[in-house]
Amino acid sequence: MTATSELLGTAGKPAKDTGTLVTPRPAVRRPRPRGWTLTVRALGPLALLLLWWAASATGLLTPDVLASPADVVRAVGELWGNGQLPDALATSLTRSATGLLIGLTTGLTLGVVTGFTRLGDELLDSSLQTLRTIPFLSLVPLFMVWFGINEIAKILLIAVATTFPMYVSTSSGVRNTDPKLVEAMRSFGMSRLAIVRQVVLPGALPSLLAGLRLSMTLSVIALIAAEEINATAGIGYLMAQAQSYARTDILAVCILVYGLFGLCADAVVRLLERVLMPWRRAGR
Amino acid sequence: MSTAVEVSRLRKAFGDRAVLDGLDLTIGRGEFVALLGASGSGKTTLLRILGALDGADAGEVLVPRVRTVVFQEPRLVPSKRVLANVTVALPRGQAERGRRALAEVGLEHHATAWPATLSGGEAQRVALARALVREPELLLLDEPFAALDALTRLRMQDLVGELCRAHRPAVLLVTHDVDEAVRLADRVCVLREGRLVTDETVAVARPRDPGDAAFAALRRRLLADLGVRTAAHTTENGASA
Ligand SMILES: Nc1ncnc2c1ncn2[C@@H]1O[C@H](COP(=O)(O)OP(=O)(O)O)[C@@H](O)[C@H]1O
Ligand SMILES: [Mg+2]
Repeated sequence: MTATSELLGTAGKPAKDTGTLVTPRPAVRRPRPRGWTLTVRALGPLALLLLWWAASATGLLTPDVLASPADVVRAVGELWGNGQLPDALATSLTRSATGLLIGLTTGLTLGVVTGFTRLGDELLDSSLQTLRTIPFLSLVPLFMVWFGINEIAKILLIAVATTFPMYVSTSSGVRNTDPKLVEAMRSFGMSRLAIVRQVVLPGALPSLLAGLRLSMTLSVIALIAAEEINATAGIGYLMAQAQSYARTDILAVCILVYGLFGLCADAVVRLLERVLMPWRRAGR
Repeated sequence: MSTAVEVSRLRKAFGDRAVLDGLDLTIGRGEFVALLGASGSGKTTLLRILGALDGADAGEVLVPRVRTVVFQEPRLVPSKRVLANVTVALPRGQAERGRRALAEVGLEHHATAWPATLSGGEAQRVALARALVREPELLLLDEPFAALDALTRLRMQDLVGELCRAHRPAVLLVTHDVDEAVRLADRVCVLREGRLVTDETVAVARPRDPGDAAFAALRRRLLADLGVRTAAHTTENGASA
């Protein structure tokens, strides 16, 4: 603004040498046409699909290694038609969502407690850091012994796996809160709970969302582990069956479904980042 | 005049170095006191003790129940809009009061803005509105204008003077700017070596003009108390600035 008014000012005066002056041109972000971003994002997956199709069509990729895209589409139709795929999806999604919800809640609570209170830090942090290093896959046999082959074992496995990334991200995010801001809020008489809710958690949101991302990925991995070992329903069960009949088309469908889970999880976090932190786009 | 702040034989040490040592201070209700001191003399330490942000090592401190602080930085919550920052920690349904406080500092049109979009002076005015909306009996100001440019600083000084005359809280303004202290305060104190070496009522008539002889004389005396030597002619120059 100042630059423009200066330029206008000099233009009004007749005999000024402005030969060496230039108009400042800021780097503007040109608005994209609608759908452009989505198209560009889809290019990579489409190229992979094309490659797969070409390899199958030319005979480079034989059906006993991996079915062709057309076969996979046919398999989706078959599985959807006889109700196997919807059932499996519903079962698996319920398991991973329930486990994820438990894990996220636990991780968030523990993270806030250890990040914000000294007693919580002293009491809990070292034990949680120890537990964190245990690979959750090593818990599978133990859970089988404890709970048998039922839903509880699977959901708990997912919950355990997703707790720790959320815990680590939350506690580090909470620890990074500006102590001056907390002190100021306290001086205006804000209660500790209100400070956590209104100042600490919004400030820690970037970390919380990073934790959410990691936990979502792990929830799918834990889901596979839980379903591969002993299940009578779900995507993992579908895979185990397909494996024994060497149905590479169904295997490909299941793998694609897992991929779609990951894609959706990413979209959810992107959306949350935009919706939950409007103040971050306001700054300069 | 009844008292708002009563401090006697206050002592505060960091390690074995006493920053405040036997400090006495009384502030009456509605009185505006400016506290001057060199950097590191313990001004912030005293203010933090009065604001219950830090504890004292010895001595007696009495302050009113409702106190608010304006810090050197605005300390606004980035995730709250301006109005929510003003009414922070107030019971629900106080938006109207918050809006009035914003209007008093001239920011009624910024109620829904995010703190990150404010200029330094605007952010500090929001912090001032946040401190005043609670109707404090004691307002603690810790170099609230130090980070502002000279022009904004003058405007802020006028604003603070006006608002304090309207609301009549007891005020302790911590500053290292002698002109600012003399312009605004009913009384000026100088903190040196842990105690108040000067505590005098400002007798200059309002509105206070730095060109006034009484203003210049007081200014010179205060600077001497702060350990700054001024020749007569530099005082003349400084006074016109
Ligand atoms: N938390 C602390 N720990 C150790 N020393 C401190 C602490 N706070 C302040 N001090 C020391 O006390 C002295 C006075 O500090 P302060 O009150 O901030 O000075 P100022 O008058 O500039 O506001 C300084 O020398 C500072 O180093
Ligand atoms: Mg200070």
